[in-house]
Amino acid sequence: MVYLTRKAEFSASHYYHNPDFTPEENRRVFGKCNNPNGHGHNYTLEVTVKGEVDPRSGFVVDLKQLKEVMHHEVLDAMDHRFLNKEVPEFSTQIPTTENLAIAVWQRLETKLEKARLHRVRVYETPDLFVDFYGEK
Amino acid sequence: MKAHLTRRYRFSASHRLHSEEMSAPENRATYGKCNNPFGHGHNYALEVTVSGQVDPSTGMVCNLVDLDGLVEREVLSRYDLSNLNALQEFAQVVPTTENLSTQIFEILQRGFAQAHLDRVRLEETMMNSFEYAGGSEPPR
Repeated sequence: MVYLTRKAEFSASHYYHNPDFTPEENRRVFGKCNNPNGHGHNYTLEVTVKGEVDPRSGFVVDLKQLKEVMHHEVLDAMDHRFLNKEVPEFSTQIPTTENLAIAVWQRLETKLEKARLHRVRVYETPDLFVDFYGEK
Repeated sequence: MKAHLTRRYRFSASHRLHSEEMSAPENRATYGKCNNPFGHGHNYALEVTVSGQVDPSTGMVCNLVDLDGLVEREVLSRYDLSNLNALQEFAQVVPTTENLSTQIFEILQRGFAQAHLDRVRLEETMMNSFEYAGGSEPPR
């Protein structure tokens, strides 16, 4: 089994708000991130797939296909977007880095040929990242 | 859904690697330049990984304010700009980065109930890092 990681970058804005919380609760739980006008990050995405090395090609996965799927499913939908308003998952979920990693996993999982998704890592800043391994 | 969240912190400290159980030549042979009696310093980078179910009401594994507060209070304020050898926990224990990472893991495990502590990873320089996940559990 060999693991292969492909990186991509995208920039997006978001804010954290739970409509079931009072305004005071929202401010207490989410702090500055509750500003309804939003704020932005340069996200770095790392997608790790795993599989056996194909003896004919020497590849775990066709990197071009992985790159295209990441572009089509994630970057086209999220790059230079306001996540809360423009990405369907975040009309009902708070666009935290945790939920972003889960959303990326769900967008990619069924689209990859041959290789299996191992890990999605999303960096919100160089000092904060979330890993999702598809665990329930 | 279970997610793993990692936060990076930085601190700077000095240390000297020297074991009372070894002779002077043994210390020099084992620790090399790190045995210099005057000590030397590093800019450490600390990664703390916690995991748990993502709370649907917050979208979070745990509130970062709580994690940052604990790390600041229990780790950074203790170790940043300190001489590790002068601290009580390293009076009998050589302050290698191995021992520092297990010490930090144990401090955080005692103090953090909001999520599961997966591991700490400590970079001593850009060229070497150490991971500890508690017990014999392999780091993820």
